[in-house]
Amino acid sequence: MRMSNARENIISRAVQEVEDGMNVNLGIGMPTLIADRIPATKSVFLHSENGLLGIGHYPLAGEEDADLINAGKETVTAKKGASCFDNAESFGMIRGGHIDLAILGGMEVSETGDLANWMIPGKMVKGMGGAMDIVQGAKKVVIIMNHVNKQGQSKVKSRCELPLTGSNVVDRLITDMAVFDFTDKGMVLKEILPGADLESVRAHTEASFQVDKAVYLKEEA
Amino acid sequence: MSKVTTSFEESVRSIKDGDTVIVGGFGLSGIPENTIKALAEQGTKNLTVVSNNCGVDDWGLGLLLQNKQIKKMIASYVGENKTFEAQYLSGELEVELVPQGTLAERIRAGGAGIRGFYTPTGVGTPIAEGKEHKEFNGKMCLLEEAITGDVALVKAWKGDTFGNLVYRYTARNFNPIAAAAGQHTIAEVEELVEPGDIDPNYVHTPGIYVQNIIKGEAFEKRIEKLTVRQA
Repeated sequence: MRMSNARENIISRAVQEVEDGMNVNLGIGMPTLIADRIPATKSVFLHSENGLLGIGHYPLAGEEDADLINAGKETVTAKKGASCFDNAESFGMIRGGHIDLAILGGMEVSETGDLANWMIPGKMVKGMGGAMDIVQGAKKVVIIMNHVNKQGQSKVKSRCELPLTGSNVVDRLITDMAVFDFTDKGMVLKEILPGADLESVRAHTEASFQVDKAVYLKEEA
Repeated sequence: MSKVTTSFEESVRSIKDGDTVIVGGFGLSGIPENTIKALAEQGTKNLTVVSNNCGVDDWGLGLLLQNKQIKKMIASYVGENKTFEAQYLSGELEVELVPQGTLAERIRAGGAGIRGFYTPTGVGTPIAEGKEHKEFNGKMCLLEEAITGDVALVKAWKGDTFGNLVYRYTARNFNPIAAAAGQHTIAEVEELVEPGDIDPNYVHTPGIYVQNIIKGEAFEKRIEKLTVRQA
């Protein structure tokens, strides 16, 4: 599969969030693609909310097992050291703060770290799945999404217009243009990704944000 | 009194119109497929069904939807089903969407006699509306109530005639908590063994939660999204 530049920018930056020894939950869709990019040198346990810690590779054709799937209902394998459990325990792990990192997709993120990613009013509501629990419980919540929508409007907003998945829950936002952190002092631009510059990030961001010193230094260099 | 029955037709006879039925499974994995088929054939109506998902159009709980047997669905994600969408939009089907972890914990609490609990999940979102809020150590939480079922339908890999159950991989999912939260729990198994054949150390669901156990003759075990890698 050939990836667009935007998607490639996001995924190659997002995989850097994954550190050796972490227990990580990757959301359905684009976040799932991060799994294959985690370097073999890092020992990481991927958590699937339907009751698996230690997701392995996809199975070889003919070796798929209907009893072994991920949260996106795809056939997977269990890696060495994996464990299986029921959904109540799985979400106990999440809410109890045992998952180090969750990387999820987003529709809108606000400057106060609110996330909307589960429903669009007027459209058929499919459900929130486990997203509301994960954003409340994971130690670090990283959202990945395109910076603007198909109409070119900013998805990084002063306030979310869509119904929320969680309020003040995002720790870091990675878009195809930039990386932002959400701190007690507000939203901070931490990095600008290849193909963008400070001017274009400002032009495409509706939210107000501060700029980290490191970004200015890099711009000047 | 033996818990074992040999026909699914007989097993589902205990399910009545208007019952709340908790059903194990995640997507199509670990669903009690033969029990659901028998319930569809029996035609019991006005059911409140509690399950993470609602099957697909022609399989799993989708069969009950097609027969219009479900009055209300309590689930976390229902995106894979056109019949569901049509009945929801026409107002025939009542839907309560619950965050997956809250759904699991509400069922777990139901089986464990906890009437309600406070959780941070959903605070600040549309599902918080009308719910009691309380702050614990600076963290805002909301009150959620337990779910119990008149009946629970579960699927296990192995079971013995006392109802002790063992699940396989992620087919465990909601099944153990559903089993405990049902007043009358029907367990469908791939392999039915004698007491003592399952090592007590490896029992996932103790037989105390299971009122009826039945061996399925055949399992389709449909795969929703077949994903493989190249050799």
